[in-house]
Formats: sequence, C-alpha cells, structure tokens
Amino acid sequence: MSILVDEHTRVVVQGITGREGTFHTQRMLDYGTVVAAGVTPGKGGNQVEGVPVFNTVKQAVRQAGVNASCIFVPPPFAADAIIEAASAGLDLIVCITEGIPVLDMVKVAGFLRNRKTVLIGPNCPGIISPGKTKVGIMPGPIHTPGPMAVISRSGTLTYEVVDQLTRIGLGQSTCIGIGGDPIIGTTFIDHLKRFKQDTETKGVVMIGEIGGTAEEEAADYIRDTFDKPVIAFIAGQTAPPGRRMGHAGAIISGGEGMANHKIKALQAAGITVAMDLGTLGKTVQEVMEKG
Amino acid sequence: MKLHEYQAKDILGKSGITVPSGQLVTAADQATKATQIINGPPWVVKAQIHAGGRGKGGGIRLVQYPYEVVTATESLLGNKLVTPQTGPDGIVVNQVLIEEGIEIDREYYLSMVVDRSTGCPTMIFSPAGGMEIEETAATSSELILKEHIDPTAGWMVHNARNLIYSLDPPLPVGAIRPLMSVMGSVYKIFMTLDCTLVEINPLAVTKDRKVYALDAKINIDDNALYRHKELLQLDDTREKDPLEQMAEKYHLNYIRLEGNIGAMVNGAGLAMATMDMIKMAGAKPANFLDVGGGASEDMITKGVEIILKDRRVKAIMINIFGGILRCDVLARGVVAAARKTGIRVPLIVRMEGTNVEEGRAILRDSELKFFVARDLAEAATLVAKQVS
Repeated sequence: MSILVDEHTRVVVQGITGREGTFHTQRMLDYGTVVAAGVTPGKGGNQVEGVPVFNTVKQAVRQAGVNASCIFVPPPFAADAIIEAASAGLDLIVCITEGIPVLDMVKVAGFLRNRKTVLIGPNCPGIISPGKTKVGIMPGPIHTPGPMAVISRSGTLTYEVVDQLTRIGLGQSTCIGIGGDPIIGTTFIDHLKRFKQDTETKGVVMIGEIGGTAEEEAADYIRDTFDKPVIAFIAGQTAPPGRRMGHAGAIISGGEGMANHKIKALQAAGITVAMDLGTLGKTVQEVMEKG
Repeated sequence: MKLHEYQAKDILGKSGITVPSGQLVTAADQATKATQIINGPPWVVKAQIHAGGRGKGGGIRLVQYPYEVVTATESLLGNKLVTPQTGPDGIVVNQVLIEEGIEIDREYYLSMVVDRSTGCPTMIFSPAGGMEIEETAATSSELILKEHIDPTAGWMVHNARNLIYSLDPPLPVGAIRPLMSVMGSVYKIFMTLDCTLVEINPLAVTKDRKVYALDAKINIDDNALYRHKELLQLDDTREKDPLEQMAEKYHLNYIRLEGNIGAMVNGAGLAMATMDMIKMAGAKPANFLDVGGGASEDMITKGVEIILKDRRVKAIMINIFGGILRCDVLARGVVAAARKTGIRVPLIVRMEGTNVEEGRAILRDSELKFFVARDLAEAATLVAKQVS
C-alpha cells in the first residue's frame, strides 16, 4: 500500500506548456506516472509530450478523468489554479510553485477548509509512492519501494535522506514534501494520521526545519497516538533569528521556531532525533532494527 | 521588506490612525527648524533603523529644550547604533525622526500577523504596552490576547469587542470607540498592502482619551511586492549587506553569517543542514547560500565569487544533491569561478545525484585542486581538517 497516490492516480498538470511544466511532465511520464491531461488557458486542443491540453481543469476532469493535479503555474496565478482544481472536485492537489503571496494562501486555506480535497505544498517537491507513481519534481531513481514513510518541509534535503535510506536497503512506502511556506495545505500530523492506517508503512522519517511550531505539534500527536517508530531531523540549528533561510517559512521570529526547541519537544515525546545528517540513514536503520 | 517607523506612521496616518506630529531630518541643521514646526517641549528624537530595541541602545531620546533636539540629532546621525537586535557591529543611522512628546496615561500593544497553524490573519492585543511581545509571551503569556479573523468574513466589529472587553482592568470608556477604529484600520492596512506584520507598540491612551500610535512597524511580503509597485520606493537598501544585495541581483539566496567556512548548496533545507554540519565539525559557517533547484552554470560561478568576496572565508564547502540541477553543470560553474577568481582557499566538493560521474570527471580534469568528498560525513571531516 501507500498513501494518497498510487498507480491508479490520474494526473493533470496545470501549467503544462511552461518550461518547468513540460520538463517535469516528461520526467513523470518516464517514471510511469499516468499524466492524463494538461491545462493551460488558451492552449486547449494542443498536445505536450503526447498529453492532451485543455483550457480548464473542469474540462480535464470531464474528458480525461483526472483525479489529481500537479501545479507549475507562476506565483501570481497559483492561488487561482489551486482553487480551480479544488472546485473541479480533485482528490489531491500538489502545488510546486514557490513564491505565492501569504495572503493568497490565506484565501486558499479558507477555501479548502471543510472540503475533501487534499493540498500538498505549495513550495514543495511533491509526493511519490516508489514503483507506482510520482506527482512532483523529485528525482525518481533514488527511490525504491519499501516500509519507510518520509514527510519533509524541504526538497533536496529529502532527496539526501531518501538516497541514504535506499543505499542502506530501506525502501519507502510514500515520500511527501509538505512545503517550505508559512501556510501549507497539509502538515506533518495530517500525513502521520494516514501513515498510521497504512499497513505497509513500518516507520516514519520526519524532516523539519526552523520556523513555526508544526514539529512541536507533531511531537504531541506522536506521543499521544502514533504507534510506529519515528526518526526526526531538524535543519537550521545554526540559523540566526529574524532571517528567512531560503524558504519563506524558515524564520525564527517572536521567540518561536528555534531548532533546539523543536528537538527538545521531539525528544521529550520519545522520538529519536538524528543530530548528524551524514549518518541519518544508519540511525534510521538502528531504530528500525530495534523495532 | 521592512519599512522605517516614519514610513509606517505615514501609512497609519493616512488610514485615520492618530500619530504624533513629526518631521524626518537627515542633517543636524534641519533639527532647529523641526522644533519650530512641531509641538513641544517635550520632543522625542528617534533613530530610523530597521532593527528593534532602539530604546535600549540609546536610539530614542526624550528632550526638553530645542538645543537638546539638535545635539541628540547630531549624536545619532552618521553614527552606528547598537541595539539588542543589530548585532555587535551596529547599524549606521541615516535618518532621524523628531516628534512631539505625548503624555501617556496607559500603554497597550497591538499587532496583526498571519497565524501559521490556523492560516488566519490574527490580531494580537495586550495591556503590556511598550514591552517586546516576545518578553511578554515568555513571562506573562496570560496578558496576550489573540483574535483570529475568518478570511471569508473579513474584519467584523465583534473581533474588536472580543479583544477590548477581555481587558482587566478595563479600557477607559472614552477610548473604546477610537481603539475599535484603530483596530479596523490595522486590519485594512494589513490586507490591502500584503503585510506580514503591522505592529503598534506602544499604542498610547492619553488622559483626554485619544489613542496614539507612538511607534509602528510594518513588514511587507516580498512575494507580493509585484502588485505593490508604489511601495518599492520605500525600500531603504543602505542597511543591507553589500554581498547580500549582489546575490539578490543574480537570484541567489545568500545570507552572510559570522564564521569562516563558506557554503554553497542547492535547496534551502539542505543548505541549513550543511551549515549545521560545518558547526558540528568544529567550524563556523560564513554564509547561507541556496543556489536553487535549477541553477545555471553562470549562477554557480557568481555564487563562488560572492562567497570569496568575504575575506574571512578560509575554506568553501560545496554540497549539491543533483536533481534538476545536474552535477556536470555545477562542476563547470565551479571550475569557471576558480579560473576567473583564482582559488585562494581549499574547495571541498561533495556531489551526488544526476550526472555525478561527469561532474567528478570535470573537476578531476580541470587540473585545479579540489577536495572531492565521497559523502557528507567525509566532507565534514575535510572541512574540520581545514580549520584545525
């Protein structure tokens, strides 16, 4: 099993005729993802990499039967794209776009409340269930099917961790990049709840970073209700307060969001926190062998 | 983007919030004239820098005589001001705001931010005015009142009532209406200008029940600046690090730090983790540099050049996990930079992922001296060796 995406996922790429959209459509097709449609307003009727392009998501749903979206549209139009996809009734939206204004995301978050659509991102690498499908921009070949779930606020840092897991022989059930923005569609707890139900997933690697309190909230949830092993890593112990470290959400402000505070909260909840990224894979292996 | 106090007050004033009358001066000889226009004594002379904690650093002076306004202005202008938030080097004061002194009866704290957990604009109100909100949060969190604003409904007057009628002791009756109006205006400013912060601290109530914004901070969401072109002229870049400004031009995410090991990484999370590794290896990172997922050869070259412009840098660690950014592109960029600027420090390169073999071959064949690390652990050890 896996969560949220598998071989039955039918993807529409919003912004398919753009440079990034076209490039990653090709990569997703190479991986075996069913990219059934693309959307670029005004370009309906064309094809990209053999994928039919529509003017609206509604048309893509009706004519190509898509149930998930991968969004590459530029920041000024991204909120519109997310809300369009949700209105069209898609189960899952993955928004890759970086640089969406915070107040646009306030609107999106408000719109998605009490709707069934799951939003991953924005400002994220996407989601992959190795061997089945990937909806996003992560390099496919470093992944391999197996028992570990990965949830992360980062992109390349996740690839680093997945690569170490694969090399050590620990495959992955589903890996999710939840995004580096201050307001994201789904957070650690949302996915931990799904991994709890997933029988294939035997353990979770959680990759956090400075900013906000999502890791602390996840620590509480894990302590109270999560029964599989969790190994965490927190980036940004050397980050100065008040500076945005690349990700819009990676900022220590108002005395909140410090790495040390997160690490302490996780450890207090009985979670193993890997301090050394270089040996994280080994740490995961040790914890999993202990069971 | 951070606004100065005088810029923020200008925006508040235009939205109907009462601010003390004031005058911005950039030279001491303008100060005498300012005292003739502005009500006083007393006057308040305030250094205009982006960092907080100005009071503690001596950047805010309350004075009684016009000559004191002049001497206070003279002593601030052109000099570095060190506050708890500027770092030990301080920031040069280029502008000073001279204001009428207001007699305060009570002080409050008022701000608006987006709450990350709920995804809602949130107003924060506290009777602990004049204090840093972080301090209040740490010592007496019960004094912090919060009101989440439902984005679909927008601002409602009951939002103000929920905050105001939670105060104990209560707000003086005559101040209730003016404060409600201030709160509504703060919300409006926050939403229309794409702010990440609007803060009035202290918000003062006088004996005659007027409500004044005595200090103000406004930060604008950089990602939304494309739709607020009129705000771009308010950006005072003089306080920015010159290397950070240069990096911005090339779309590189660079933040200068205090250490001596330069770092170049693709991806923000991996960049932070690499900085942490450098510290664990017993050294200190000189910078944060995320070249992004799809960096070009030219951007890599520029990145190395910027790192090398920091004379404190004793070694550079390049850590790339090639996904979209291919290792051969990286290697060519690094070699070009090394040829152009000449490597004066050891370069430790660790790369993995797409086209890694081609990348390593390019480094090997360049006849330049690189330390190529097999994995992260080895890279960290190599860094430690360079500084020991």
